[in-house]
Parts: sequence; structure tokens; C-alpha cells
Amino acid sequence: MQIHDNPTLKAEARNLNFYYGEAKALKNINMPIYDKKVTALIGPSGCGKSTYLRSFNRMHDLYPGNRYEGEIRFFPDNTNLLSPDVDPIEVRMRVGMVFQKPNPFPKSIYENVAYGLRVRGENNKRVLDDKVEQALKGGALWEEVKDRLNDLASNLSGGQQQRLCIARALATDPELLLFDEPTSALDPIATGAIEELVHELKKRVTILIVTHNMQQAARVSDYTAYMYLGEMIEFGKTDEIFIKPNDKRTEDYITGRMG
Amino acid sequence: MNESQHLSSQFDEELGRLRTHVLQMGGMVETQVSSAIEAYSSGEVASVKSIVEADRKINDLEKAIDDDCAHVIAKRQPTASDLRLVLGISKIVTDLERAGDEAKKIAKGVRRIYEAGHLPAQYGIGIRHLAEAALSLVRQALDAFARLDVALAQSVIKADSDVDTEFKSIIRQLITHMMEDPRTITTSIEIISIARAIERIGDHAKNVAEQVVFIVEGRDIRHVKEQAK
Repeated sequence: MQIHDNPTLKAEARNLNFYYGEAKALKNINMPIYDKKVTALIGPSGCGKSTYLRSFNRMHDLYPGNRYEGEIRFFPDNTNLLSPDVDPIEVRMRVGMVFQKPNPFPKSIYENVAYGLRVRGENNKRVLDDKVEQALKGGALWEEVKDRLNDLASNLSGGQQQRLCIARALATDPELLLFDEPTSALDPIATGAIEELVHELKKRVTILIVTHNMQQAARVSDYTAYMYLGEMIEFGKTDEIFIKPNDKRTEDYITGRMG
Repeated sequence: MNESQHLSSQFDEELGRLRTHVLQMGGMVETQVSSAIEAYSSGEVASVKSIVEADRKINDLEKAIDDDCAHVIAKRQPTASDLRLVLGISKIVTDLERAGDEAKKIAKGVRRIYEAGHLPAQYGIGIRHLAEAALSLVRQALDAFARLDVALAQSVIKADSDVDTEFKSIIRQLITHMMEDPRTITTSIEIISIARAIERIGDHAKNVAEQVVFIVEGRDIRHVKEQAK
């Protein structure tokens, strides 16, 4: 099936290199991220997909010795997310992240979601209530927790905790959401709920997702990028990548021929 | 087409088995078509029965292969060239089965003509030639599938239009025949349906060839104008 729309750019990696100390983990990545679309990053372990994903919210800044080269342009304002002049805290306001294992704070459900807003200086109870409800609805968790918002988040099931983390990320109205294998610790039902949620979320936010589950990439994404040994091997529409990839290395990986 | 091996040798075996079964089925259809042509020329009405029986086996094989395709999809979630192979095979077996049905129609038509006391070879000038051409298309389409040979598949697609042209000229001849001598009408109509069946066999061979192009190159060339193929 052809996608007939002309997607607009939300972000774009330009000649992006990344070094963990001496080790070059990303090699000259050039790739568009389209607005309000889901882009999946696939590739074998160690190919650099998580490294690439984490560059988008400057997570590598937390460790000394890490170094970026090149740019990640963020639109519509054309900011270079990697520029030393750009405050990583500002970047993280605009780029949310959800990790492999659900990592709620040891606080109540309500406080988990409100946390980012409080950090931003929002203390108005009515505004917070409203935003928390919206975010929990966005995370498809509201119906399940609305009567026990003050319960500890750790009392939720794994799948619920992950949706809480998504709600927490949504609370600050990010423009881009990063998912790093968001369902690998979940059972198929909880996974299905998250995938359904991703489908809903892309109506208002751009999504970049790392997944080891190829069928998941095929199901949830509009675009897929295959990475190998720190390089971007192939980027294209998911429908095309999974039926007729252009590069033999992509083909070998997605058909399970990679030794 | 990717010839390197999967991490799962079982998956390789499953796909290999699918391909082998398609070729086996193709071989049966080929035999069936050639026996039907033989019956037409020689008047061996006895072989009609075996042609009809072979059709049953072909039908069973079609179902078994389709079932295997479903299993591979369910168990392996094939992608890219593997997915195209499985989808292609599922379509190819449908065409092969229908080509087998056409062979059965030819055989039954031949039997009716003989039982009415006529010799079909007398009427259908050019039928044998048409049938040989269609049979050769079936063989080549199966070869193209076995070797995943796009060039050969494309030559089958091209050659099918010659079969279509020849079919039309046979129909014109038979119409003239019927006008000249109305007593030949009954037999001529039988022969027209035989010619039609042969022409359809050519079409099925062409469809198989189109699937070979899809399997290898991922291009869907069905219903596309000749030049664009």
C-alpha cells in the first residue's frame, strides 16, 4: 500500500557521529524523523540503535568522555539539539523518554505524573489535577487508576507501570517521544495495550522506538531504519522495508539469516 | 532472492519443502495437460479417466500446500523475500490447480467428441500446435519458478500473447467451418471450448510467471501494460 502523504520533518540527524571515549558508536548517521509518525529503529544488539535514540534527549551528556559530532536538527525551530548552547534540560522538556523496564518513582501514581510539571514550576492544584488526568488518559491508564491516584505506583502491574511512565512522559507535552524497547519486559496482552497506545499517541506526538521485536516494528511503525555496526544501513517506509528491502544486510536481518 | 541460510534450519527446511511440493504439483499438472493433448490427437479415450483422477490428487496437493503456507506464516512470520515466496506460492498453486481443471475439461471434451463418433483432429486445425505452445509455457513457468529466473518468466509472459493470438485465429477458422457446413456445429463448439481451455492454460502459466517476478524482485506486474513489465 502506498502512503500518499508528504510528511513534514520533525527532526533530522545530519552527519551524526558519537563516541564513547575512543570507541565510535555511531558512524555518520543521516536520517529524517517525520512529524506525527512512528519511526522504528531495528538492528542486532550493539548496532547503536539505543545510542542513537539517547542522543535525541542528550542522555549521553550524563557521562564524561562521551562526545557527539554532527547535528540533530529539531523542527520547526531548526534547533540543533546537540549544540553546547542548548540546555539538555530544555531538550528533555521537548523530548520524552520511556525505558525498557518500567521505572516509576517511589511515589504515588498522581505524583509520578505531576513530577515533571512541578519541576517546571507548576504548583496550581487545579492545573496539576487537570494535566495529570489528561496525561493518564493519554497513557490509557485513567480508567484503571482514577479511584486510587494516591496509591504507590509500585503497586501497579508491569504493564500499568509502563503506561504510567508513558503518561509521565506525556504530562509535559513533549513533541517527540523516545521508546527504548518499551515492551520487552511485558506479556503479550500488556504489549498489545502499549502498541495500541502508540497508535493513538502518534496523532499528537512524533515517536521514535527501538525494538528487538521485528513484528512489533512492522506493526507499529510508519518508517523503519535498520542499523548495523553503528551505521544506518537502510531507512524507508515500513511497508517497503518488510516486503522488499533494498539492502541485502537488511534482508538478512529481518528474515532471520544473520549469523 | 536470498539464497543464504536462516538461523533456523527448520525454517529453511519448511521453505524448501514448500518449493519442492509446488514443483511436484507442477509436474503433475504438466503431465495432465500433455496427456489431454495426447488424448485429443490419438483418440485414447481410456486416458481420460486417469486425467480426471490425477485432478483429484492435484486438488489435494493444492490444499496441502496452502495449509503449509498458513503454518509457515503462523509459526515464522516470514518477511521480505521469505514472505514473497510464501505469498507467491499460495497464488501459484491456485493457478496450477486451475490449469489442471482446464486439462480435465479438454479430456472430457475429447471423450464427448469421440463418443459422438467424430475425430477431433479432423476439425481442430492448429489446436495441437496451440496446445504444444501452452504446454511449453507451463514447463517454462515452472522452470522459472524452480530457478527463480526472472528473464525466463518474462519470456513466458510475452509468449502468452502469441498463444492468445493463435487462439483467436483458430476461433475464426472454426466459425468459417461452421458456416460452410452446419453439420459440424456440435463438434466445432466442443473444439472451441477445448481451444478456450488451452488458451486459459497459457494464461495460468503467465500468472505463475508473474508471481516469479514478484517473488524475486518484489514487483507486482499483474494487470500492467506489456511495455512496463
